[in-house]
Amino acid sequence: MAMTETSNRNEINKTDHVTSIWWIVVAPTVWAVHFLASYLTAAIFCAKVADSDRSAGEVQLAVMAYTVVAIVIIAGVGWAGHRRQRDGHGRSPHDEATAADLRRLIGLSTFLLSLLSAVATIFTALVFYFVGTCH
Amino acid sequence: MTFLLLGDISQSTLDPAGVGAERIAELFHWMLSGGVLIWLIVVGLAVYSVTVPGRHRPRLTKTLVIGGGAVFPTLVLTSLLCYALAMLPALHQPAPKTGLTIDVSGVRWWWRIGYRTGENERVETANEVRLPVDQAVEFKLHSEDVIHSFWIPALGGKVDMIPGRETRLKLHPNRVGRFRGVCAEYCGTAHAQMAFDVIVMQQADFDQWLRDQQQDAREPAGEAAVRGRELFRRKGCGACHTIRGTDAGGRVGPDLTHFGGRLSLGAGIKTNDADNLRRWISRTHDVKPGVQMPAFKSLSDRELDSIVAYLEQLN
Repeated sequence: MAMTETSNRNEINKTDHVTSIWWIVVAPTVWAVHFLASYLTAAIFCAKVADSDRSAGEVQLAVMAYTVVAIVIIAGVGWAGHRRQRDGHGRSPHDEATAADLRRLIGLSTFLLSLLSAVATIFTALVFYFVGTCH
Repeated sequence: MTFLLLGDISQSTLDPAGVGAERIAELFHWMLSGGVLIWLIVVGLAVYSVTVPGRHRPRLTKTLVIGGGAVFPTLVLTSLLCYALAMLPALHQPAPKTGLTIDVSGVRWWWRIGYRTGENERVETANEVRLPVDQAVEFKLHSEDVIHSFWIPALGGKVDMIPGRETRLKLHPNRVGRFRGVCAEYCGTAHAQMAFDVIVMQQADFDQWLRDQQQDAREPAGEAAVRGRELFRRKGCGACHTIRGTDAGGRVGPDLTHFGGRLSLGAGIKTNDADNLRRWISRTHDVKPGVQMPAFKSLSDRELDSIVAYLEQLN
Protein backbone atom coordinates (compact mmCIF):
# COMPACT_ATOMS: atom_id res chain seq x y z
CA MET A 1 0.00 0.00 0.00
CA ALA A 2 2.74 2.39 1.06
CA MET A 3 4.67 1.40 -2.04
CA THR A 4 1.72 2.18 -4.31
CA GLU A 5 1.12 5.61 -2.75
CA THR A 6 4.79 6.45 -3.03
CA SER A 7 4.98 5.39 -6.62
CA ASN A 8 1.79 7.33 -7.45
CA ARG A 9 3.17 10.44 -5.77
CA ASN A 10 6.43 10.03 -7.65
CA GLU A 11 4.51 9.64 -10.85
CA ILE A 12 2.47 12.75 -10.10
CA ASN A 13 5.56 14.73 -9.14
CA LYS A 14 7.09 13.88 -12.46
CA THR A 15 4.48 16.01 -14.20
CA ASP A 16 5.79 17.52 -17.36
CA HIS A 17 4.57 20.67 -19.01
CA VAL A 18 1.61 18.77 -20.42
CA THR A 19 0.04 18.10 -17.03
CA SER A 20 0.99 21.43 -15.50
CA ILE A 21 -1.87 23.03 -13.61
CA TRP A 22 -1.00 26.32 -15.30
CA TRP A 23 -2.72 25.06 -18.44
CA ILE A 24 -6.01 25.70 -16.70
CA VAL A 25 -5.51 29.45 -16.52
CA VAL A 26 -4.26 30.01 -20.06
CA ALA A 27 -7.67 30.45 -21.72
CA PRO A 28 -9.14 32.79 -19.03
CA THR A 29 -5.92 34.81 -19.19
CA VAL A 30 -6.26 35.15 -22.96
CA TRP A 31 -9.82 36.37 -22.45
CA ALA A 32 -8.65 38.88 -19.81
CA VAL A 33 -5.88 40.18 -22.06
CA HIS A 34 -8.32 40.42 -25.00
CA PHE A 35 -10.75 42.36 -22.80
CA LEU A 36 -8.09 44.79 -21.60
CA ALA A 37 -6.56 45.26 -25.02
CA SER A 38 -9.97 45.94 -26.59
CA TYR A 39 -11.05 48.55 -24.06
CA LEU A 40 -7.62 50.19 -23.84
CA THR A 41 -7.54 50.51 -27.62
CA ALA A 42 -11.01 52.05 -27.62
CA ALA A 43 -10.19 54.44 -24.76
CA ILE A 44 -6.95 55.67 -26.33
CA PHE A 45 -8.46 55.91 -29.81
CA CYS A 46 -11.53 57.81 -28.63
CA ALA A 47 -9.46 60.17 -26.47
CA LYS A 48 -6.64 60.87 -28.92
CA VAL A 49 -7.55 59.94 -32.48
CA ALA A 50 -11.32 59.95 -33.12
CA ASP A 51 -12.69 62.39 -35.72
CA SER A 52 -15.44 64.87 -35.07
CA ASP A 53 -18.03 62.29 -36.18
CA ARG A 54 -16.74 60.06 -33.37
CA SER A 55 -16.78 56.92 -35.52
CA ALA A 56 -14.56 54.10 -34.30
CA GLY A 57 -14.23 51.82 -37.34
CA GLU A 58 -10.50 51.38 -36.71
CA VAL A 59 -11.22 50.14 -33.20
CA GLN A 60 -13.66 47.60 -34.64
CA LEU A 61 -10.96 46.30 -36.98
CA ALA A 62 -8.40 46.13 -34.18
CA VAL A 63 -10.79 44.26 -31.88
CA MET A 64 -11.68 41.89 -34.69
CA ALA A 65 -7.96 41.10 -35.09
CA TYR A 66 -7.52 40.65 -31.33
CA THR A 67 -10.56 38.36 -31.32
CA VAL A 68 -9.25 36.13 -34.11
CA VAL A 69 -5.90 35.76 -32.32
CA ALA A 70 -7.59 35.12 -28.95
CA ILE A 71 -10.02 32.55 -30.34
CA VAL A 72 -7.25 30.69 -32.15
CA ILE A 73 -5.19 30.47 -28.93
CA ILE A 74 -8.22 29.49 -26.83
CA ALA A 75 -9.27 26.89 -29.41
CA GLY A 76 -5.76 25.42 -29.41
CA VAL A 77 -5.64 25.24 -25.62
CA GLY A 78 -9.16 23.79 -25.50
CA TRP A 79 -8.33 21.17 -28.12
CA ALA A 80 -5.19 20.16 -26.21
CA GLY A 81 -7.19 19.94 -22.99
CA HIS A 82 -9.87 17.85 -24.70
CA ARG A 83 -7.23 15.43 -26.00
CA ARG A 84 -5.73 15.13 -22.54
CA GLN A 85 -9.02 14.38 -20.82
CA ARG A 86 -9.76 11.59 -23.33
CA ASP A 87 -6.33 10.08 -22.90
CA GLY A 88 -6.63 6.32 -22.24
CA HIS A 89 -9.92 4.84 -21.07
CA GLY A 90 -10.54 6.90 -17.98
CA ARG A 91 -14.04 8.28 -17.47
CA SER A 92 -14.92 11.33 -15.44
CA PRO A 93 -14.81 12.33 -12.62
CA HIS A 94 -11.06 11.53 -12.93
CA ASP A 95 -10.58 11.44 -9.16
CA GLU A 96 -8.11 8.59 -8.79
CA ALA A 97 -4.75 9.49 -7.22
CA THR A 98 -2.82 8.66 -10.37
CA ALA A 99 -0.83 10.77 -12.73
CA ALA A 100 -3.06 9.67 -15.59
CA ASP A 101 -6.21 10.83 -13.83
CA LEU A 102 -4.61 14.08 -12.74
CA ARG A 103 -3.68 14.65 -16.34
CA ARG A 104 -7.27 13.92 -17.45
CA LEU A 105 -8.73 16.20 -14.75
CA ILE A 106 -6.51 19.09 -15.77
CA GLY A 107 -7.39 18.38 -19.39
CA LEU A 108 -11.12 18.47 -18.65
CA SER A 109 -10.82 21.69 -16.60
CA THR A 110 -8.74 23.29 -19.35
CA PHE A 111 -11.29 22.28 -21.96
CA LEU A 112 -14.30 23.59 -20.04
CA LEU A 113 -12.59 26.86 -19.14
CA SER A 114 -11.61 27.27 -22.78
CA LEU A 115 -15.27 27.01 -23.80
CA LEU A 116 -16.21 29.59 -21.18
CA SER A 117 -13.37 31.89 -22.23
CA ALA A 118 -14.33 31.60 -25.89
CA VAL A 119 -17.91 32.66 -25.10
CA ALA A 120 -16.66 35.54 -22.91
CA THR A 121 -14.26 36.71 -25.63
CA ILE A 122 -17.03 36.67 -28.23
CA PHE A 123 -19.31 38.60 -25.85
CA THR A 124 -16.59 41.24 -25.44
CA ALA A 125 -16.12 41.48 -29.21
CA LEU A 126 -19.87 41.80 -29.82
CA VAL A 127 -19.90 45.11 -27.93
CA PHE A 128 -17.44 46.59 -30.42
CA TYR A 129 -19.23 45.03 -33.38
CA PHE A 130 -22.53 46.70 -32.46
CA VAL A 131 -21.26 49.96 -30.96
CA GLY A 132 -19.08 51.44 -33.64
CA THR A 133 -18.73 54.92 -32.22
CA CYS A 134 -17.03 56.80 -29.39
CA HIS A 135 -20.30 58.39 -28.18
CA MET B 1 -45.22 51.16 -4.51
CA THR B 2 -43.60 54.04 -6.37
CA PHE B 3 -46.97 55.04 -7.77
CA LEU B 4 -48.52 54.98 -4.32
CA LEU B 5 -45.87 57.29 -2.91
CA LEU B 6 -45.72 59.75 -5.78
CA GLY B 7 -49.34 59.93 -6.90
CA ASP B 8 -49.45 60.84 -10.60
CA ILE B 9 -45.73 61.62 -10.81
CA SER B 10 -44.09 58.79 -12.67
CA GLN B 11 -40.71 57.46 -11.64
CA SER B 12 -40.89 54.12 -13.36
CA THR B 13 -38.95 52.63 -16.23
CA LEU B 14 -42.01 50.46 -16.85
CA ASP B 15 -44.13 53.54 -17.56
CA PRO B 16 -42.05 55.01 -20.38
CA ALA B 17 -42.64 58.53 -21.64
CA GLY B 18 -39.63 58.82 -23.91
CA VAL B 19 -38.16 57.10 -26.96
CA GLY B 20 -35.16 55.74 -25.04
CA ALA B 21 -37.29 54.62 -22.10
CA GLU B 22 -39.62 52.71 -24.45
CA ARG B 23 -36.67 50.77 -25.84
CA ILE B 24 -35.34 50.11 -22.35
CA ALA B 25 -38.75 48.87 -21.15
CA GLU B 26 -38.98 46.66 -24.24
CA LEU B 27 -35.52 45.27 -23.47
CA PHE B 28 -36.53 44.65 -19.87
CA HIS B 29 -39.49 42.54 -20.99
CA TRP B 30 -37.34 40.49 -23.37
CA MET B 31 -34.70 40.02 -20.67
CA LEU B 32 -37.35 38.97 -18.21
CA SER B 33 -38.81 36.49 -20.70
CA GLY B 34 -35.37 35.06 -21.50
CA GLY B 35 -34.52 34.77 -17.81
CA VAL B 36 -37.80 33.03 -17.03
CA LEU B 37 -37.29 30.63 -19.94
CA ILE B 38 -33.80 29.68 -18.74
CA TRP B 39 -35.06 29.30 -15.18
CA LEU B 40 -37.94 27.05 -16.29
CA ILE B 41 -35.68 24.79 -18.38
CA VAL B 42 -32.96 24.47 -15.72
CA VAL B 43 -35.35 23.99 -12.79
CA GLY B 44 -37.55 21.70 -14.91
CA LEU B 45 -34.57 19.46 -15.67
CA ALA B 46 -33.52 19.47 -12.01
CA VAL B 47 -37.03 18.49 -10.92
CA TYR B 48 -37.14 15.81 -13.64
CA SER B 49 -33.82 14.35 -12.48
CA VAL B 50 -34.92 13.93 -8.87
CA THR B 51 -38.54 12.95 -9.37
CA VAL B 52 -38.36 10.42 -12.19
CA PRO B 53 -37.41 7.12 -10.56
CA GLY B 54 -34.97 4.54 -11.87
CA ARG B 55 -31.64 4.85 -13.62
CA HIS B 56 -31.64 7.52 -16.33
CA ARG B 57 -30.05 6.74 -19.67
CA PRO B 58 -26.50 8.21 -19.63
CA ARG B 59 -26.60 9.59 -23.17
CA LEU B 60 -29.95 11.34 -22.58
CA THR B 61 -28.75 12.65 -19.22
CA LYS B 62 -25.61 14.09 -20.78
CA THR B 63 -27.59 15.71 -23.57
CA LEU B 64 -30.09 17.29 -21.16
CA VAL B 65 -27.44 18.53 -18.73
CA ILE B 66 -25.17 20.01 -21.39
CA GLY B 67 -28.00 21.15 -23.64
CA GLY B 68 -30.33 22.52 -21.00
CA GLY B 69 -27.74 23.69 -18.50
CA ALA B 70 -25.09 25.20 -20.78
CA VAL B 71 -25.92 25.41 -24.49
CA PHE B 72 -29.49 26.68 -24.21
CA PRO B 73 -28.73 29.43 -21.61
CA THR B 74 -25.69 30.51 -23.65
CA LEU B 75 -27.76 30.80 -26.82
CA VAL B 76 -30.53 32.74 -25.06
CA LEU B 77 -28.05 35.09 -23.37
CA THR B 78 -26.18 35.65 -26.65
CA SER B 79 -29.44 36.52 -28.39
CA LEU B 80 -30.41 38.93 -25.61
CA LEU B 81 -26.95 40.52 -25.66
CA CYS B 82 -27.11 41.07 -29.42
CA TYR B 83 -30.62 42.49 -29.12
CA ALA B 84 -29.52 44.90 -26.36
CA LEU B 85 -26.30 45.95 -28.07
CA ALA B 86 -28.12 46.64 -31.34
CA MET B 87 -30.17 49.25 -29.45
CA LEU B 88 -27.17 51.17 -28.17
CA PRO B 89 -26.02 53.17 -31.21
CA ALA B 90 -29.41 54.88 -31.60
CA LEU B 91 -29.68 55.55 -27.87
CA HIS B 92 -26.16 57.00 -27.75
CA GLN B 93 -26.52 59.13 -30.86
CA PRO B 94 -26.32 62.80 -29.81
CA ALA B 95 -29.33 65.04 -30.30
CA PRO B 96 -29.19 67.36 -33.36
CA LYS B 97 -26.88 70.30 -32.73
CA THR B 98 -29.70 72.72 -33.53
CA GLY B 99 -31.81 71.33 -30.70
CA LEU B 100 -32.01 72.19 -27.05
CA THR B 101 -28.92 71.70 -24.87
CA ILE B 102 -29.15 71.69 -21.10
CA ASP B 103 -26.25 71.74 -18.65
CA VAL B 104 -26.88 69.89 -15.41
CA SER B 105 -24.48 69.92 -12.46
CA GLY B 106 -24.83 67.61 -9.51
CA VAL B 107 -24.10 69.38 -6.22
CA ARG B 108 -24.53 67.77 -2.82
CA TRP B 109 -27.57 67.51 -2.67
CA TRP B 110 -29.32 69.46 -5.40
CA TRP B 111 -29.15 70.13 -9.14
CA ARG B 112 -27.92 73.20 -10.97
CA ILE B 113 -29.72 73.41 -14.33
CA GLY B 114 -28.62 75.68 -17.19
CA TYR B 115 -30.47 76.16 -20.49
CA ARG B 116 -28.22 77.26 -23.33
CA THR B 117 -30.08 80.06 -25.05
CA GLY B 118 -27.33 81.50 -27.22
CA GLU B 119 -23.65 81.28 -28.12
CA ASN B 120 -22.50 82.21 -24.64
CA GLU B 121 -25.84 82.70 -22.96
CA ARG B 122 -27.36 80.49 -20.34
CA VAL B 123 -30.43 80.69 -18.17
CA GLU B 124 -29.96 79.08 -14.80
CA THR B 125 -32.54 77.39 -12.64
CA ALA B 126 -32.44 74.55 -10.12
CA ASN B 127 -34.04 71.25 -9.20
CA GLU B 128 -36.54 71.34 -12.03
CA VAL B 129 -36.12 70.35 -15.68
CA ARG B 130 -38.71 71.43 -18.21
CA LEU B 131 -38.63 69.86 -21.65
CA PRO B 132 -40.58 70.23 -24.89
CA VAL B 133 -42.41 67.10 -26.01
CA ASP B 134 -41.30 65.25 -29.17
CA GLN B 135 -37.89 66.87 -29.30
CA ALA B 136 -34.51 65.23 -28.67
CA VAL B 137 -32.65 67.13 -25.95
CA GLU B 138 -28.93 66.94 -25.26
CA PHE B 139 -27.82 67.01 -21.62
CA LYS B 140 -24.25 67.94 -20.68
CA LEU B 141 -23.58 66.51 -17.24
CA HIS B 142 -21.06 67.69 -14.65
CA SER B 143 -20.41 67.32 -10.96
CA GLU B 144 -19.16 70.01 -8.60
CA ASP B 145 -18.12 67.66 -5.78
CA VAL B 146 -18.54 63.88 -5.81
CA ILE B 147 -19.87 61.35 -8.30
CA HIS B 148 -23.60 61.66 -8.89
CA SER B 149 -25.80 59.97 -11.46
CA PHE B 150 -28.51 61.69 -13.48
CA TRP B 151 -31.58 59.56 -14.02
CA ILE B 152 -35.12 60.24 -15.17
CA PRO B 153 -36.45 56.65 -15.24
CA ALA B 154 -39.57 57.45 -17.26
CA LEU B 155 -37.56 59.16 -20.01
CA GLY B 156 -34.42 57.11 -20.50
CA GLY B 157 -31.20 55.69 -19.15
CA LYS B 158 -28.93 57.09 -16.47
CA VAL B 159 -25.47 58.57 -16.78
CA ASP B 160 -22.87 59.26 -14.11
CA MET B 161 -21.74 62.82 -13.38
CA ILE B 162 -18.03 62.75 -12.66
CA PRO B 163 -15.99 65.62 -11.15
CA GLY B 164 -13.63 67.10 -13.73
CA ARG B 165 -15.34 65.43 -16.68
CA GLU B 166 -18.28 66.15 -18.93
CA THR B 167 -20.59 63.27 -19.70
CA ARG B 168 -23.64 63.44 -21.92
CA LEU B 169 -27.09 62.00 -22.38
CA LYS B 170 -29.82 62.33 -24.97
CA LEU B 171 -33.46 62.19 -23.92
CA HIS B 172 -36.43 62.32 -26.26
CA PRO B 173 -39.69 62.69 -24.32
CA ASN B 174 -42.83 61.76 -26.25
CA ARG B 175 -45.54 62.28 -23.65
CA VAL B 176 -46.59 65.42 -21.80
CA GLY B 177 -46.63 65.04 -18.03
CA ARG B 178 -44.80 65.36 -14.76
CA PHE B 179 -42.03 62.93 -13.91
CA ARG B 180 -39.42 62.51 -11.22
CA GLY B 181 -35.67 62.38 -11.62
CA VAL B 182 -33.23 61.14 -9.03
CA CYS B 183 -29.57 60.82 -8.22
CA ALA B 184 -28.77 57.16 -8.88
CA GLU B 185 -25.29 57.06 -7.32
CA TYR B 186 -24.87 57.23 -3.56
CA CYS B 187 -23.32 60.64 -2.84
CA GLY B 188 -23.61 61.16 0.91
CA THR B 189 -26.05 61.83 3.73
CA ALA B 190 -28.91 63.37 1.75
CA HIS B 191 -28.48 61.25 -1.38
CA ALA B 192 -31.98 59.82 -1.07
CA GLN B 193 -33.36 63.37 -0.99
CA MET B 194 -31.56 64.54 -4.10
CA ALA B 195 -34.38 64.46 -6.62
CA PHE B 196 -35.89 66.84 -9.15
CA ASP B 197 -39.08 67.46 -11.06
CA VAL B 198 -39.32 66.94 -14.78
CA ILE B 199 -42.16 68.61 -16.63
CA VAL B 200 -42.66 67.73 -20.29
CA MET B 201 -44.67 70.44 -22.04
CA GLN B 202 -46.03 71.31 -25.45
CA GLN B 203 -43.47 73.23 -27.51
CA ALA B 204 -45.34 76.55 -27.33
CA ASP B 205 -45.73 76.32 -23.55
CA PHE B 206 -42.08 75.44 -23.20
CA ASP B 207 -40.97 78.37 -25.36
CA GLN B 208 -43.05 80.72 -23.23
CA TRP B 209 -41.65 79.23 -20.02
CA LEU B 210 -38.08 79.61 -21.26
CA ARG B 211 -38.73 83.24 -22.24
CA ASP B 212 -40.08 83.85 -18.74
CA GLN B 213 -37.02 82.24 -17.18
CA GLN B 214 -34.78 84.64 -19.07
CA GLN B 215 -36.39 87.58 -17.33
CA ASP B 216 -35.05 89.05 -14.10
CA ALA B 217 -36.99 88.48 -10.90
CA ARG B 218 -40.23 90.40 -10.67
CA GLU B 219 -40.59 93.24 -8.21
CA PRO B 220 -42.31 92.18 -4.99
CA ALA B 221 -45.91 93.30 -4.58
CA GLY B 222 -47.34 94.02 -1.15
CA GLU B 223 -45.86 95.15 2.11
CA ALA B 224 -44.87 91.68 3.37
CA ALA B 225 -43.06 90.71 0.14
CA VAL B 226 -41.19 94.06 0.01
CA ARG B 227 -40.12 93.51 3.61
CA GLY B 228 -39.16 89.96 2.68
CA ARG B 229 -36.84 91.18 -0.05
CA GLU B 230 -35.13 93.51 2.42
CA LEU B 231 -34.79 90.71 4.98
CA PHE B 232 -33.42 88.37 2.32
CA ARG B 233 -30.69 90.94 1.69
CA ARG B 234 -30.02 91.80 5.37
CA LYS B 235 -29.85 88.20 6.56
CA GLY B 236 -27.18 87.42 3.99
CA CYS B 237 -29.19 84.97 1.88
CA GLY B 238 -27.70 86.52 -1.24
CA ALA B 239 -24.26 85.25 -0.28
CA CYS B 240 -25.38 81.78 -1.34
CA HIS B 241 -28.36 82.37 -3.65
CA THR B 242 -28.75 84.34 -6.85
CA ILE B 243 -31.88 86.33 -7.60
CA ARG B 244 -31.30 88.02 -10.93
CA GLY B 245 -32.28 91.66 -10.93
CA THR B 246 -31.20 92.11 -7.32
CA ASP B 247 -27.79 92.29 -5.66
CA ALA B 248 -28.11 88.64 -4.54
CA GLY B 249 -25.49 86.81 -6.60
CA GLY B 250 -24.34 83.82 -4.54
CA ARG B 251 -23.47 80.59 -6.35
CA VAL B 252 -23.23 78.21 -3.41
CA GLY B 253 -26.94 77.37 -3.38
CA PRO B 254 -29.69 77.19 -6.00
CA ASP B 255 -30.66 80.15 -8.18
CA LEU B 256 -33.95 81.47 -6.79
CA THR B 257 -34.85 83.98 -9.53
CA HIS B 258 -38.07 82.14 -10.40
CA PHE B 259 -38.33 79.99 -7.30
CA GLY B 260 -42.07 80.62 -6.82
CA GLY B 261 -42.87 78.95 -10.13
CA ARG B 262 -41.22 75.67 -9.18
CA LEU B 263 -43.32 72.72 -8.17
CA SER B 264 -41.17 71.50 -5.31
CA LEU B 265 -38.48 72.67 -2.91
CA GLY B 266 -35.46 71.12 -1.22
CA ALA B 267 -34.53 69.28 -4.46
CA GLY B 268 -37.80 67.55 -5.22
CA ILE B 269 -38.68 66.50 -1.68
CA LYS B 270 -41.56 68.82 -0.66
CA THR B 271 -44.39 70.54 -2.49
CA ASN B 272 -43.51 74.19 -2.98
CA ASP B 273 -46.06 75.93 -0.75
CA ALA B 274 -45.86 78.51 2.02
CA ASP B 275 -46.03 76.02 4.91
CA ASN B 276 -43.27 73.82 3.57
CA LEU B 277 -41.13 76.82 2.69
CA ARG B 278 -41.53 78.24 6.20
CA ARG B 279 -40.45 74.92 7.65
CA TRP B 280 -37.60 74.61 5.18
CA ILE B 281 -36.13 77.99 6.18
CA SER B 282 -36.54 77.62 9.93
CA ARG B 283 -36.07 73.84 10.39
CA THR B 284 -33.92 73.02 7.37
CA HIS B 285 -32.08 70.10 8.92
CA ASP B 286 -35.27 68.48 10.17
CA VAL B 287 -36.60 68.46 6.62
CA LYS B 288 -33.36 67.37 4.96
CA PRO B 289 -30.64 66.12 7.30
CA GLY B 290 -27.16 66.86 6.03
CA VAL B 291 -28.13 69.79 3.81
CA GLN B 292 -25.51 72.55 3.72
CA MET B 293 -27.95 75.46 4.12
CA PRO B 294 -28.04 76.65 7.74
CA ALA B 295 -31.41 76.71 9.51
CA PHE B 296 -32.64 80.25 10.27
CA LYS B 297 -34.18 79.49 13.65
CA SER B 298 -33.68 83.03 14.91
CA LEU B 299 -36.19 84.54 12.50
CA SER B 300 -39.40 85.77 14.08
CA ASP B 301 -42.71 84.55 12.68
CA ARG B 302 -43.25 87.92 11.03
CA GLU B 303 -39.83 87.86 9.41
CA LEU B 304 -40.34 84.30 8.26
CA ASP B 305 -43.74 85.14 6.74
CA SER B 306 -42.22 88.08 4.93
CA ILE B 307 -39.41 86.08 3.38
CA VAL B 308 -41.85 83.33 2.40
CA ALA B 309 -44.15 85.91 0.81
CA TYR B 310 -41.24 87.33 -1.18
CA LEU B 311 -39.93 83.99 -2.39
CA GLU B 312 -43.35 82.66 -3.33
CA GLN B 313 -43.86 85.71 -5.56
CA LEU B 314 -40.74 84.92 -7.56
CA ASN B 315 -42.44 83.11 -10.38
